[in-house]
Amino acid sequence: MLGFLARRLLSLALTAWLATVVVFVVLEVLPGDPALLMLGTEARPDTLAALRDQMGLDRPVLVRYGGFLAGLLSGELGTSLTYARPVAGLVAERMVVTGPLALMALALSTAIAVPLGLWAAARQGRAADWGVMGFGQLGIAIPGFWFGILLILAFSVQLRWFSAGGFPGWQDGVGPGLKALLLPAVALALPEAAILARVTRSAVLDTLREDYVRTARAKGVGRAAVLWRHALPNALIPVMTVLGLQFAFLVSGTIVIETVFTLPGLGRLVYQAIGQRDLIVVRDVVVLLSVMVVAVNFLVDAAYAVIDPRPKVEA
Amino acid sequence: MPVTTWRIAGALAGAVTAALALLPVAATAQPRNELVVGMQLEPPHLDPTGSAAAAIDEIVYANLFEPLVRVDQSGAVVPGLAERWSVSPDGLTYRFELRRGAKFHDGTALDSGDVKFTLDRARAADSTNAQKAYFTPIANVETPDPHTAVVTLSRPDGLFLFHMGMGDSVIVAPESAATNKQKPVGTGPFKLDRWAAGDRVVLVRNPDYDGPKPALERVTFRFINDPAVQVASLLSGDVDTIPQFGVYEQLGQFRSDPRFTVMEGTGEGEAILATNNARKPFDDVRVRRAMAHAIDRKTLIEGAMFGTAKPIGTHFAPHHPAYVDLTGLYPYDVAKAKALLAEAGHPNGFEATLRLPPPIYARRSGELVAAMLAEAGIRLKIENVEWAQWLEKVYRGKDYDLTIVAHTEPLDIGIYGRDNYYFNYDSPRFKAIDQQLETVQEEGKRNELYAQQERIIAEDAVNGFLFVIPQITVQKAGVQGMWKNRPLQSTDVTGVSWK
Repeated sequence: MLGFLARRLLSLALTAWLATVVVFVVLEVLPGDPALLMLGTEARPDTLAALRDQMGLDRPVLVRYGGFLAGLLSGELGTSLTYARPVAGLVAERMVVTGPLALMALALSTAIAVPLGLWAAARQGRAADWGVMGFGQLGIAIPGFWFGILLILAFSVQLRWFSAGGFPGWQDGVGPGLKALLLPAVALALPEAAILARVTRSAVLDTLREDYVRTARAKGVGRAAVLWRHALPNALIPVMTVLGLQFAFLVSGTIVIETVFTLPGLGRLVYQAIGQRDLIVVRDVVVLLSVMVVAVNFLVDAAYAVIDPRPKVEA
Repeated sequence: MPVTTWRIAGALAGAVTAALALLPVAATAQPRNELVVGMQLEPPHLDPTGSAAAAIDEIVYANLFEPLVRVDQSGAVVPGLAERWSVSPDGLTYRFELRRGAKFHDGTALDSGDVKFTLDRARAADSTNAQKAYFTPIANVETPDPHTAVVTLSRPDGLFLFHMGMGDSVIVAPESAATNKQKPVGTGPFKLDRWAAGDRVVLVRNPDYDGPKPALERVTFRFINDPAVQVASLLSGDVDTIPQFGVYEQLGQFRSDPRFTVMEGTGEGEAILATNNARKPFDDVRVRRAMAHAIDRKTLIEGAMFGTAKPIGTHFAPHHPAYVDLTGLYPYDVAKAKALLAEAGHPNGFEATLRLPPPIYARRSGELVAAMLAEAGIRLKIENVEWAQWLEKVYRGKDYDLTIVAHTEPLDIGIYGRDNYYFNYDSPRFKAIDQQLETVQEEGKRNELYAQQERIIAEDAVNGFLFVIPQITVQKAGVQGMWKNRPLQSTDVTGVSWK
């Protein structure tokens, strides 16, 4: 068990380091000069040189990579080229939007998907099953940004229940903030729920074929109890795996959804920073997100041990 | 155990959803002294003296920061922080008399020292002003008394006063210049309340402003990137006005809806098919003229701009008195285009690349221009690029055949006289007139010289001259005082009120 966790921890560190290399190389190759972008077409060469010097863009590649890595290791992120503020502050400011948004979406998708998947599995081959499968197909096929716009048209333009995007901040209390996040969370959760429902359905169907389920039925356990108490817990491992993987999709989904709903979150920060060639923000945030994704998958791996307490056979 | 967990989770989810549905609906009716303005792009920061980003000027110009002189809606130079000014007969000395009650938002009084600081900072060696060229004619700035600044130029500059009215020339204080990016301290009738990065900038009325107080108490600029969401925010009532509305295909809906008014004005953005004049075969004027004959501006404007744009035949804004209508110089005539190409040695046409930056006008026009040129035998490969790539490759690297872009700087015909500009155009005749323009101050004479320049570049068919980007403002009925025309990048809300 400990060896297993140690190996996962090592791979976590390795993945994080690889992320720094990939991000750095991609940004290095990507055409676009942040100084030119900031000063525009009328800038004189001496002005550009002055700004490039201030931004530290002319230092050698390895020096910049070294500085970046050293900063990360000491827990210090850089200073944004466009906003001229420490990235750590920008990220903290944006996390209070993206964090709750991702959690809401995760909770919503689980709350929708698991019962639906169970229901479909219990009625395999019947109308309910086909309905859920159809919903799954549709949810996977619909692009998140388009679904977001549909939600705005329905709930903001027609019904006027919600604002068409924007975020009031948390200073007026939790209610208005959660309300502003609800539509985007639904838009984020739908495709996730669709995938999760399909996975839950097939995982539960697999466990329903197991001998112990037949035994349980044979000794007279009711349908619902078989489903919830016997089939579901054993179907949770594939469901957890998918949930862990979905976290990565959720993170990339926020980039699109936050742009559609104009939410001041981490996704929008990255989106804007790429356009503005704010290399420091892009690389810091991308590395941070990669670490988060890797860490969540590590936690999922650790959770297997809790869900499935059978002792691990060391390979 | 799992049974109860799921039940609790389900119950919680239900309860949260129900609670949210019961929350009061967002107040859609704004109090009548507040305005919510929808903008497409968020500024990187709020200091107009340190970036070319138009999104900065569009929020802070005239509202938060003031220059010495201001450019008004008609493009005329009017008093700003300087109540009066005089120019010496040789055009070398400008004497500005400052408004006596003007104060910065931090409470300090504006004096001539701030003017000297601002101008010296913008022309210093380490200046990062995007328009440093505006300030390089300055030889020195003197401050005979706190309310007078005297600027001496090393050479006459006919556009100096106009340039001093741009966003890049707003007056800043030495105490706050370094922190204006995040905490802008200006002298304007509004001051910054808060900037929720990624979402909105809120300005509030400055109670200590020495001039006429604006009618609005509070102005919120919200950044809405997605065109469909821009439309939705107007329809849902979240946003009161969107200046520079770009969703042309939806205008019909707003024109026929009594809850909204639509204003169509002109601006300074000349959309051109920029051409690399140094590259074969575009170095041949017959090829460039053939392209001009092959482009049907009427169809282009209908198709790409839904009929909202005005055609141009040269690089000049039609609302300017010096504008010459040269749209008839190369009438749409595919046969003529083919004949010219054959004469230039391309009887079967040729292939070239068209690089398109992100704005919708460029992408849509690009498709149509490619189809039109194909009729004449010029087969274009379209390459979509981001702004950063466009600036680096097309603009700085001059590595392109053709591109479509709008030049938004006011009175910018002078770019055709620049060496090593990305058009790679070199005309001694044009440059000779540039020389004259440097010294001529008189309006009528200047306009005559501009007209000559307009004709030269049209005859040389330097670029494909397409249309001027329309300045369309969609707003709720009842909003009054928004600018109809935009001679410069600004959303001046100082005169806006509700009926």
